[in-house]
Amino acid sequence: METTTTIEPKQKVYFDLTTSPHLHSKWTTSKVMWFVVAALVPSIAAALTFFGWTQIFIIITAVVFAVGTEVSIQVIRKKQITWFDGSAALTGLLLALTLPPNFSLSATAIGSVVAIGLGKQIFGGLGYNIFNPALVGRAFLQAAFPVQITTWLKPNFAVDSVTSATPLAAFKFDKIFTDTVPMAIGNVGGSLGETSAIAVLIGGILLIAVGIVNWRIPLSMILGMFLFGGMFWLINPQNPTPIFHIFAGSFLFGAMFMATDWVTSPITNKGMWVFGLGISLVLVVIRIYGGLPEGVMYSILFMNGFVPLINRYTRPTIFGAVKEEKKK
Amino acid sequence: MSSKTFHGGVHPKEYKELTENLAFEKFPFPEMVILPLSQHLGKEASPQVKKGDDVKPGQLVAKAEGFISAPVHTSVAGKVMSLGKEQTSSGFPKDSIVIKTTGTVESEKFLFPPLNPETATPDEIRERVALAGIVGQGGAAFPTSVKLTPPKDKVIDVVILNGCECEPYLTRDYRFMIERPDDLISGLKLIMKALNVNRGVIGIEDNKPEAIELLSSKVKFEHGLEVTALKTKYPQGAEKMLIKTVTGREVPPGKLPMDVGAVIQNIGTAIAIHDAIVKGEVLISAALTVSGKGIKNPKNLIVPVGTTIQNVIDYCGGVTDDAVKIIVGGPMMGVAQFDLHVPVMKATSGILVLTKDEVAENPETPCLRCGQCIGACPLNLMPTKLARYSQLNRFEDAEGAGITVCMECGTCAYTCPANIPLVQWIRLGKQKVLQIKRDRDVK
Repeated sequence: METTTTIEPKQKVYFDLTTSPHLHSKWTTSKVMWFVVAALVPSIAAALTFFGWTQIFIIITAVVFAVGTEVSIQVIRKKQITWFDGSAALTGLLLALTLPPNFSLSATAIGSVVAIGLGKQIFGGLGYNIFNPALVGRAFLQAAFPVQITTWLKPNFAVDSVTSATPLAAFKFDKIFTDTVPMAIGNVGGSLGETSAIAVLIGGILLIAVGIVNWRIPLSMILGMFLFGGMFWLINPQNPTPIFHIFAGSFLFGAMFMATDWVTSPITNKGMWVFGLGISLVLVVIRIYGGLPEGVMYSILFMNGFVPLINRYTRPTIFGAVKEEKKK
Repeated sequence: MSSKTFHGGVHPKEYKELTENLAFEKFPFPEMVILPLSQHLGKEASPQVKKGDDVKPGQLVAKAEGFISAPVHTSVAGKVMSLGKEQTSSGFPKDSIVIKTTGTVESEKFLFPPLNPETATPDEIRERVALAGIVGQGGAAFPTSVKLTPPKDKVIDVVILNGCECEPYLTRDYRFMIERPDDLISGLKLIMKALNVNRGVIGIEDNKPEAIELLSSKVKFEHGLEVTALKTKYPQGAEKMLIKTVTGREVPPGKLPMDVGAVIQNIGTAIAIHDAIVKGEVLISAALTVSGKGIKNPKNLIVPVGTTIQNVIDYCGGVTDDAVKIIVGGPMMGVAQFDLHVPVMKATSGILVLTKDEVAENPETPCLRCGQCIGACPLNLMPTKLARYSQLNRFEDAEGAGITVCMECGTCAYTCPANIPLVQWIRLGKQKVLQIKRDRDVK
């Protein structure tokens, strides 16, 4: 063969050269983050309705300090500044919504700094943290301000029988059960975002519909609650019913927005089932036998720690592989 | 109408409306053609002409070398200008014959004597398919005669014609189904005859209801033939997905469709087989879709093999000012081009010119461990893990996680919100793993 010869001189055109696939879905990291923020709007609205518009300052403080911490650390570490991807703002917002109404603004700021600093950036930033950053921040506040964080406000529009105590505290310390309806609407005592189950569900179902939240996690948590909560209730009817467990406290908020955090939840479909069931089991045990009335935060953080292990043992079977083994 | 489907996959915007209602146009003879000696998987064909030779359309210019190979014929009448390395759309230069066109007389075209499809024996069909240089039109370009010659111990009980055309933009197979349904069914019957199979299925995605209806009415009274509607989802047209959806069988990793008793052929291949047997034609033209928002006049074309992409694009009115990317093949698995002086080959199915808003390139962020790629992978792999192993040079882990099973369909990278070029990393890792495997085998 001769060396290269062509009739015309080669005309080179330099176009965009990337490997396939050349099409991409419309989602990006920042679009996802801001979409989740949008899905929290109903919960924010519920919080402001039931606890007064001044609660917006808690939210603003949490978001501003979360973003500020993110930027400061990135500046110090000479890393790319990425606050606009929305992840820090989302963490701040989630943290704010787990706090009780009228919570001290300075403590809120501390919580945000811890959430981003210790919860996220210390691991290397977005995508590398093990524990849900917002919950890390809240856990810190729970330890640092144990009284403040369990001081509740009586909601607006509450009927007389409703006290400022949360349904879970009322159950834990006084064995009083709250009806499901007020818990669903939200005119009961509780943290800002968790108060209205309906508002949480609107946002959560929206996230499931667009595919951001994998339905397996909330569903497995709810089924787990029926399973484990139901078991304890059958053993001793003095224990709360599964329905009470689901609507009380931050269970639904945790199921839709906290446990489903992409970074800190399993990556396999099977793993998500294990994760969700595990959270419910730990939660039921904490609520019934623990010293605290509520345990969603700890149960999610606890299961976060198991995620790498869950991922390892729930690797999906490669297409066609099982049948081959059976033949042998 | 309920449509069958498989696990995983994605549904990209289809963009088929750009060309689906445009009938095939015949491209005029180009001034020159570049004929790579390897337009197929397997051994390169060996040249049978030398510089200065005069050739007639359809004349053999390179003959098949060994069993897994295919001959090359010239698509034009002309003079051999050179034999040497030429750039191809795969990104690699290949040994090629360059022919300058001198005449364009259609009647001079070389033809084999036609065979009667009713009386042709399986051996005659296989021999003709091999001599006509037919290769799989689905993209991989596997020599078709080899696929029609399964080893004696393999029992084949179904032939599936792949009418999914699951890649966005492409409408070539759809046009074949609409314009040449009888020839397509004739081709399918010839394939079934060569393989001694009684069941033939035409699988079509349900975004092509006209094709489903037309072919269903054609096969209604044909014994053993059926049309199956499949849910429109990428990558339904992948062999493993199609077999699973149609027959429920899973092709194990590292095995071939024939290991589960199935042979898949592309719509275009069936047409080519019909033409080779009934008309005696050799494969010297490629049917392709020229589309995308960056091309002035999108078309479905029948192009002489060897025509440069530049010629084809010029024929379609050229590119628009906002065109940023030129792809040979479909948008999910095709190859971006840096040089338009590359030939259309036998298995080229499309030329796409995309604009900035179609390719939507976004900045990459760290992996968010969302698991979307895992949920979408039709082969149940863990793309994010495979890509990570590849980045970290952990090739043994990558092999253990099944990196060689990946068919690079692009579903994972399509769905990744962090915009990680997963396929790029996996492809790299796959090459390294295969290299390591080869070295191990040598030892």
